[in-house]
Amino acid sequence: MLELKNLNVFYGGIHALKDVSFKVNSGEIVTLIGSNGAGKTTSLRTISGLEKAKSGEIIYEGQDILKKSASEIVKMGISHVPEGRRVFSTMSVLENIELGAYTRNDKDQIKKDIKHVFELFPILYERRSQNAINLSGGEQQMLVTGRALLSRPKLLLLDEPSMGLAPIIVNEIFEIIKNINKEGTTVLLVEQNAKMALQSADRAYIITNGKIELEGTAAELLDNDLVKKAYLGG
Amino acid sequence: MEQIIQQMVNGVSLGSIYALIALGYTMVYGIIKLINFAHGDIYMVGAYIGFFLTTYLSIGFFPALILSMIICSLLGVIIEKVAYKPMRNSTRIAALITAISVSLFLQYGMMYFVGPETRTYPNILPNSQIKLFGTEAVIDIKNIYILVVTIVLMVLLQYVIYRTKTGKAMRAVALDRDASELMGIDMNKTISYTFAIGSALAGAAGVLVGTYYNTINPLMGAVPGLKAFIAAVIGGIGYIPGAVFGGFFLGITETTVSAFGGSLYKDAVAFAILIVVLLVRPNGIFGSNTKEKV
Repeated sequence: MLELKNLNVFYGGIHALKDVSFKVNSGEIVTLIGSNGAGKTTSLRTISGLEKAKSGEIIYEGQDILKKSASEIVKMGISHVPEGRRVFSTMSVLENIELGAYTRNDKDQIKKDIKHVFELFPILYERRSQNAINLSGGEQQMLVTGRALLSRPKLLLLDEPSMGLAPIIVNEIFEIIKNINKEGTTVLLVEQNAKMALQSADRAYIITNGKIELEGTAAELLDNDLVKKAYLGG
Repeated sequence: MEQIIQQMVNGVSLGSIYALIALGYTMVYGIIKLINFAHGDIYMVGAYIGFFLTTYLSIGFFPALILSMIICSLLGVIIEKVAYKPMRNSTRIAALITAISVSLFLQYGMMYFVGPETRTYPNILPNSQIKLFGTEAVIDIKNIYILVVTIVLMVLLQYVIYRTKTGKAMRAVALDRDASELMGIDMNKTISYTFAIGSALAGAAGVLVGTYYNTINPLMGAVPGLKAFIAAVIGGIGYIPGAVFGGFFLGITETTVSAFGGSLYKDAVAFAILIVVLLVRPNGIFGSNTKEKV
């Protein structure tokens, strides 16, 4: 479904991605694991068109999307939930969700989809008229995830959904991610919380200093000594 | 008493003009973080368009107002595309210098075409006056036109920003540009709309000033442009209701200062207010104190 080939990205003079190649098959949850500054976020930002690559290819459903604008990429079915939640702070929860459907014009279906998001996240329905800034961290994460679903993505890019959240909320968020995947959305998940990510994913890539270092099924990597040492705390 | 009411009426009219211009400043700043110093000159161009339409084509006040708004919005969009868009990823100081250059270009470009002399607007509004509640204070009918036009435009603006898809996109971009792009919001289109709307309001202000004060010249945009900028800063730049408040506050303050014999100092007072606001509440009276996001 998505394939990155020898991608090179420079980020303010730093060579952030060095010949990065990986792929995501339709229906999978693939996770990209690495420490701070390894190039995880840059990978996602380049896929969704926020960063421009110097060289390489990003093939999505048979097309090279490297030169496409962020808004074209959303229309093609890739939805990116950025790091740090990024709600529209002084807009209501409902307005935030509606903005997720910005590229669509099928009003009736949008209404149904909003209803579906509220079924997935009942707390958002309760808080629909509050400003997004007044939500807790977990609720904001639900909001941005629900908002991203409104563009009806085939591929969902999630950047550190567990960041700064209490463990119990993290579990809840990962359950939701698995459910979204079961409903037919392919997921590319970037995480520092390697254990949670590997337990939820089908396949995984380890990225270090802008290079893909290891790849394999999630089960393999959970068992890998190197991964255990570096990312799973022994 | 009469004196006070009279000055309030004048202050509200002047404040309307400032508020209309300040709205464009604050909207453009909100969306691309650029102080568009050419904005006051778009107001000047609006005044000239109104002047030519009413003088040479002898069309009425409202058609002239609307045409001037349309032409100014096109001008705003073109300026953004030609001058600001190429600077979008450069430093803010470079963009600011570009804005100042555009301002000078408009001032002296206009002077080249129409000459530097002051022009007089024709009388296109009825010249009647109303006495207020049996007092001696008189309201010129023009004051009422200015206030009504300003209020109607502000209500329209409110509608566009809070009820239409484009308006929501504009608010979203102002709040978080990256996240808006990820919603599929077309950045170029949204920025163009912002310039179009802001410039249309400035064009309207230009026609209103022409009909109210009667005289216009190619450099007339400089000082009101600065005043409107002050108004936007007072209210918290980037915050739309703040610009409206700032505009009326500054207009009324200036006429009050003049009324007490300080008309020579009214500009100084405006800038003094700016300095005080910047010292005490650098984000403006209504500006949020949120830190820049990391």
